[in-house]
Amino acid sequence: MPTPRYTREIPQRYRLEANKCKNCGRISFPPRQICPHCGGRNFERTRLSDQGKIVTFTTIRVAPTQYSSQVPYSIAIVELNEGVRITTQVVDCKPEDLGVGKPVKIVFRKMYPEGKTGIICYGYKAVLV
Amino acid sequence: MIGIVGYGSYLPRFRIRADDIARQWGRDPETVKRGLLLKEKTVPGPDEDTITISVEAARNALKRADIEPGEIGSLYIGSESHPYAVKPSGTVVAEVLGITPEVHIADYEFACKAGTEAMFVAYSQVKAELVKYAMAIGADTSQGAPGDALEFSASAGGSAFIFGREKVIAEVIDTYSYATDTADFWRREGAFYPLHGGRFTGAPAYFKHILGAGRAILKKSNLKPEDFKYAVFHMPNGKFPLSAGKRLGFKREQLEPGWIVPTMGNTYSGSSPTGFSATLDIAKPGDLILLVSFGSGAGSDAFIFKVTERIEQVRDRAQKVQEMLSREPIYLDYGQYAKFRGKIIMNE
Ligand SMILES: [Zn+2]
Repeated sequence: MPTPRYTREIPQRYRLEANKCKNCGRISFPPRQICPHCGGRNFERTRLSDQGKIVTFTTIRVAPTQYSSQVPYSIAIVELNEGVRITTQVVDCKPEDLGVGKPVKIVFRKMYPEGKTGIICYGYKAVLV
Repeated sequence: MIGIVGYGSYLPRFRIRADDIARQWGRDPETVKRGLLLKEKTVPGPDEDTITISVEAARNALKRADIEPGEIGSLYIGSESHPYAVKPSGTVVAEVLGITPEVHIADYEFACKAGTEAMFVAYSQVKAELVKYAMAIGADTSQGAPGDALEFSASAGGSAFIFGREKVIAEVIDTYSYATDTADFWRREGAFYPLHGGRFTGAPAYFKHILGAGRAILKKSNLKPEDFKYAVFHMPNGKFPLSAGKRLGFKREQLEPGWIVPTMGNTYSGSSPTGFSATLDIAKPGDLILLVSFGSGAGSDAFIFKVTERIEQVRDRAQKVQEMLSREPIYLDYGQYAKFRGKIIMNE
């Protein structure tokens, strides 16, 4: 990931900042310039809750190089309290610990380093509560 | 009144037992455990580092403080394992907390003393009325060389403290610092593991500075060991803090709540601060607590705190240290541990 884009995405990656449409009230995450529901262009910034539950999940056994030392690991679609759904890794557990409907908490973790000498990218992941 | 308005800790969920490290290197587990008084230690997950640990500790501290994060005017992180050689840890943490850009940020280093160093500066900033609130964090994911005695103790975790003048839960009664140039433990730029002076780390290093700072702050404050409910000393292993406490005139029960090293390990910059956090978890209003850190190189910072009534209102808002230590740990074998800690040579 190029560094300027990483910096631009800090509000959503670090603080779960989303856009709430001033016209229809729906929340878009990642934040968008045009509301996907009503086409509105006026938003207010809102911070999503760090609590949610697993909607569905899968176990990754063959991973991209950056994550190959972590297999097997789990990726889930998590619905946060506001109803917003995010796709995230679920860490600090075994794949068999996951289940649909299980409550999770969003935590701040390392995503991956850009090679041995580049920047370290951080973002959100989930842990079971 | 100036003191702590919020505190919080974070410990990773992964552990390795001293038995597994001892067996790996052909040492007798019982001899090692008896010698160091260590049972197991925390291990950071593959995606955890000083920055992520600092964030979680800071969030817990904010839960226990009734302040707007934006009112924090300074953020200081002490660690000997900052993820970057050049690029501050503090800016990432401040960004996650949403307190940029109007904030003074610094990363501190002083072996295991960097956490209390951050606390000392945060307290000074509030005392000087430069900021309304200042946050100090001590956190580490330290490494011991394979097979070295340090491998049994070097662990991961941290604690955060917010200093201020209003809604104080533990007032700062006195401070004292003691430092000399002592080469007991070091790591040169670019070296992966630290080196230490073996037995030289005891009497001329740890004990000289801890006892020097401890005796001096007692004299300065005109207090005696029996005036304190609790005392916390830096915990490089299980034995040293018990011995230091005894030599200063403290009883075992005064040390017990903060003596979490047998199951946590030595979290370096997060060691005595997390022992202090565990002590705040159970302290009562009016209790006096002595905190003395130690960092190789070498120096000690000493603080005397007096707990206020307010602690009862805030302490249940975040997870306590003992809960983190007992919450279903995930045990690693030595091979998994070596992989997690980057001790295995991989192809690019
Ligand atoms: Zn809309």
